[in-house]
Amino acid sequence: MTVMSFLGAIGAAQREAMDADERVIIFGEDVEANVYGTTGAGKTRSDKGDFLQMYGRNRIRNTPISEESMVGAAAGAAMTGLRPIVDLSYSSFLYMAMDQFVNQVAKNRYMFGGQASMPVVFRSAMFYGLNTGAHHSDRPYPMFMNVPGLKIIAPATPTDAKGLLRSAIDSDDPVLTFEACLLWGSKEDVPEEEFWIPLGEARTAREGTDVTVVAISSSVPEAVAAAEALAASEGVSVEVIDPRTLVPLDRDAILRSVHKTGRLVVAEPAHRTCGAAAEISAHVVEEAFGVLKAPIVRVTAPDMQIPFSTALEKQMYPTRHTIEAAIRRVLDLPASAEATELASASAQ
Amino acid sequence: METLSIDTLLEMQRRMLRIRAFDERASKMVKRGHIPGTVHTSIGQEAQVVGATMALSPGDYTTGNHRSHGHPIGMGSPLGPLMAELVGKATGVCKGKGGSLHLADFAVGSLGESGIVGSSIPIAMGAALSASVRGTEQVALAFFGDGAANQGVLYESMNLSGVWNLPVIFLCENNQYALSTPAHTVTSGVIADRAAGFGMPGIRVEDGQDVLAVHDAVSTAVARARAGEGPSLIEVVTYRYNEHSEGLRLGTDYRPADEREAWLKKDPIQLFREHLRSQGVSADELDAMEAEVLAEVDEAVAFTDASPYPDPSVAFDDLYTDTEYAA
Repeated sequence: MTVMSFLGAIGAAQREAMDADERVIIFGEDVEANVYGTTGAGKTRSDKGDFLQMYGRNRIRNTPISEESMVGAAAGAAMTGLRPIVDLSYSSFLYMAMDQFVNQVAKNRYMFGGQASMPVVFRSAMFYGLNTGAHHSDRPYPMFMNVPGLKIIAPATPTDAKGLLRSAIDSDDPVLTFEACLLWGSKEDVPEEEFWIPLGEARTAREGTDVTVVAISSSVPEAVAAAEALAASEGVSVEVIDPRTLVPLDRDAILRSVHKTGRLVVAEPAHRTCGAAAEISAHVVEEAFGVLKAPIVRVTAPDMQIPFSTALEKQMYPTRHTIEAAIRRVLDLPASAEATELASASAQ
Repeated sequence: METLSIDTLLEMQRRMLRIRAFDERASKMVKRGHIPGTVHTSIGQEAQVVGATMALSPGDYTTGNHRSHGHPIGMGSPLGPLMAELVGKATGVCKGKGGSLHLADFAVGSLGESGIVGSSIPIAMGAALSASVRGTEQVALAFFGDGAANQGVLYESMNLSGVWNLPVIFLCENNQYALSTPAHTVTSGVIADRAAGFGMPGIRVEDGQDVLAVHDAVSTAVARARAGEGPSLIEVVTYRYNEHSEGLRLGTDYRPADEREAWLKKDPIQLFREHLRSQGVSADELDAMEAEVLAEVDEAVAFTDASPYPDPSVAFDDLYTDTEYAA
């Protein structure tokens, strides 16, 4: 084990995959200079060398700012024997390539009757919560959950970032990974050796018996913090489930937890309408209505664009306080004075 | 112009005849309801398709567009599974999941036709990237129309393939109409001239009804790509004889009647038949070839008729491989 940051874990997975299989190539904006620290052996270009030095220009390629052709090229390369990783920088930029994602990457295998497989990974960072304004703060994974043929991961820890990304690279299906920048600096002990976390398996971030919180991406540490606070103040036992993979979704793990607790809060940083929380809530109502002791509560971003000012933006995403308020609501506990004050409109 | 063997010339005529006969049959079948949906035929454009595909070699790649049947036929795909696909049978080349707009036959390098105009262009570039990274001599050719020539993704792809020096040919099939819209009314300048902005050759084949002229231009681009000298843009001027989309009963009076009549006199198959006759090929041999091709289409239809429709459960296969990890 060694302490790795979220970004360092991504770099480690990419390096292991590049070493293991020469069909793996990386291209995207700014990958040669290792500006994000995911295409080098160390944190900086000079620290232990970067991928360009290690693997050469044939396998590490800067691209122009041309998302549509980058994504299409990756699809064509994946259909003909390579296993590309495309670094698209910010997830807001995925929209530039929407046709390629929806009409080529997601459909080609199916519509050609299985003649093609599409082993390709598209990485992008969700830059929300960092005062980058409406054009850089998107959390668009629910849009892509609505496109059959794509697989989607949203890791919340360095360990999951490494193990899930490695499975994504080794998968023969196209995988989009959404990496929250708020998590980039988080650190923990991560195995140095190669390991794979299967796509479609949820992780129990915290065990509990009174209420289930399904949390996604940066909402996971917030949910765990809310659970710890409530354990201390109210003696409540909260279970936190991190799906980790959104497509395919580990529906069984969520249902098992709801059967145990009878109560559900779903927290995610995406917009409310047709979000992952909406899908998870609908599924639980369809499959486990009888065991629910209280209505499900969603904690999401409101259906609103993201404003620039810290004073405006900080209320937009789930926090430990809004999640705590939601847990209190499903348990019919009185709202705490602090939580009432801090809970944003997003919990309503 | 390189000297082609008589066998190659005869194969060109055979493939043009295949496209003509296949699409004439498909046109009848869609009007009678035997083919559901719609078909976009390549009738009139056979020289442009075959001149290009026969400049390629086994192992090379193509992508195409909604006017889709000619490309895989030109690459040598057998007619039975193509016709079965148009009808939606289980034996279709895409198991009945693609249809006319999405034919693909990976066995002959056909990586798929795209119903979205321009969308398959970067796919061909990606195949060229793959060949380049893997160090093979394969090349990729993207077929697209004059309509797609105004899609931004073409220029992104020309730029990136130029930067990466990829073995790809961008082949614009300029049949002069995007459905009803005359290309010259929505296109600024000359399509082929746009290559200059990306530092690559831009060739305009003015007589796209001459299969040898097309073959010569594409062969030059293929040789260049295979030699590691990078991409080319080729614009071939041609004409579609039938409606844009058959089976939809769209209006057809947007083209002047005398314009179509003039192009009918430049029928690529008739022109090449005359060329072959001048090369000493007998009328009997050419007549026999036409009869053989018609029989091939009859067989393809018989194969289709004898094939079952797919089981409804098949609709839920092939979305994912679900091949997860190598550990």
